[in-house]
Amino acid sequence: MSKVISVSQLRKQYGQTQAIDGLDLEIEQGEIFAILGPNGAGKTTTVEILEGFRSRDSGDVKVLGFDPATKGGAGQQWRDRIGIVLQSTQDAGDLTVYESVSHFATYYKNPKDAHEVIELVGLSEKSDALGRTLSGGQRRRLDVALGIIGSPELIFLDEPTTGFDPEARRAFWQLIRRLRDEGATIVLTTHYLDEAEALADRVAVIVRGKIVEIAPPAELGGRATSLATISWRDGAQVRSEKSANPTQRITELSAQFGGEIPELSIKRASLEDIYLEMIGGQHE
Amino acid sequence: MNNPTALSIGIQRGKLEIKQFMRQRESVVFTMAFPLILLAIFGSVFSNTIADGVTFSQYFVAGMIASGLVNTGFQQLAIMIPMERDFGTLKRLRGTPMPASSYFIGKAILVTVSMLVQVALLLAAGVAFFGVNLPTDVDKWLLLVALLILGSACSTVLGIAFSNVPKSGRGASAVVSPVVIVLQFFSGVFFIFTDLPQWMQQVAAIFPLKWMTQGARSVFLPDSFATREVAGNWETGRTFAIITAWLVVGLIWAIRSFKWERD
Repeated sequence: MSKVISVSQLRKQYGQTQAIDGLDLEIEQGEIFAILGPNGAGKTTTVEILEGFRSRDSGDVKVLGFDPATKGGAGQQWRDRIGIVLQSTQDAGDLTVYESVSHFATYYKNPKDAHEVIELVGLSEKSDALGRTLSGGQRRRLDVALGIIGSPELIFLDEPTTGFDPEARRAFWQLIRRLRDEGATIVLTTHYLDEAEALADRVAVIVRGKIVEIAPPAELGGRATSLATISWRDGAQVRSEKSANPTQRITELSAQFGGEIPELSIKRASLEDIYLEMIGGQHE
Repeated sequence: MNNPTALSIGIQRGKLEIKQFMRQRESVVFTMAFPLILLAIFGSVFSNTIADGVTFSQYFVAGMIASGLVNTGFQQLAIMIPMERDFGTLKRLRGTPMPASSYFIGKAILVTVSMLVQVALLLAAGVAFFGVNLPTDVDKWLLLVALLILGSACSTVLGIAFSNVPKSGRGASAVVSPVVIVLQFFSGVFFIFTDLPQWMQQVAAIFPLKWMTQGARSVFLPDSFATREVAGNWETGRTFAIITAWLVVGLIWAIRSFKWERD
């Protein structure tokens, strides 16, 4: 089987709140899988259960064939195969990048070379700089270096590009794709829909502790077959209408205007439109 | 291929802990220099002799060595671990294959090294500037080694256990330091123990620092001074028994309460 993660009927309650309410999920080997959802929807709880940081109330969870709740030696064997990049941390400020990365390498059976990993995340020039002197984006890349030093088969990334400038984000996306191309499976949570769209093979939307839909970003919420919105200028006013057959409608308009249609634009629903509709609908 | 064991990773962590410690100037000053400053102040202010051949400095150095066990173990860890919890260090480590025991081995190495440096500095300063006499008897030195090992172990586990008490890393120092300072006053570090009010002596006798200071006096003060102790002798057996009891309590408390993440 090529299922890296399989979850069925996962439930977790905090006090009176049902944080995870019968969640099912399967993640294939070698895919980049993004988990989206509003704050408090159960994203972090789900991921932390998969990472073995939290216990569950019920349901079956297998991550690389193991129950993440496994403790002791078997749990360590399992942790040897996964890499976790948490939300922003500020530890190890008094160690250099190289010292931190090469130290973490000693935890693993089959670590990558520390210099190579530092180069991979683009921190070669900062290799001898202390952690506390790094910028936010450099700090995040160090987090990633520490997460991948053990040659993980499965990598969890929690909001990896928060606070990045656009250029750094693109470089980071390249890095994630490269790790996937080397054979790792990547599970990503993010607030940025463009990030999910650019990176993810499939996206899961979680709302109120349940999966609303799992699909490739282009197909989410019937996006591929949704109506296109055509807008153009007709005399003094801008008109817009939705159409299932935009090509035909434009041919008609073109004939009507005798060639060029003034200020023509055609738009399909963005991932953001679809997403907001999905989570909005659930809140009613 | 690596084949890391809990011990090999623990030793690596110990080296790293020491490296980090040395790079934090505040911690070096606070942990290492502060006891020397206290020794300089008390040694200069109280230059009197308290018994035949026993100067106050001699008495005070014994107390400061016992305090050193508390500073480098209990105080250092109970302040440092909550900060590591806040910074996400502990959670990150929890997500790696590092065995939990390696983390504690690393801390024990840090405590041992900083304790040895502190004791050496106090003895050197005491001998050089305040006329402190070192024991000449081998038995006394062996007693000191036993006291340092047991006392440091006790202080370490209590520090790990107490690290769950401060609500945040930022507030840890404010919670932990007063506990240590009050215990120092009660336990006869700054004053002669038998001069303290009866109730204070009785409260102090519950906690390990009083026994560590008494044990240190039994090493550094002449045996003739033993008659001036509360029981009229050094109570060495009871001293080791009570410190061991606290070691066991601390160990159970630490194992049961340790948290890798802030709630």
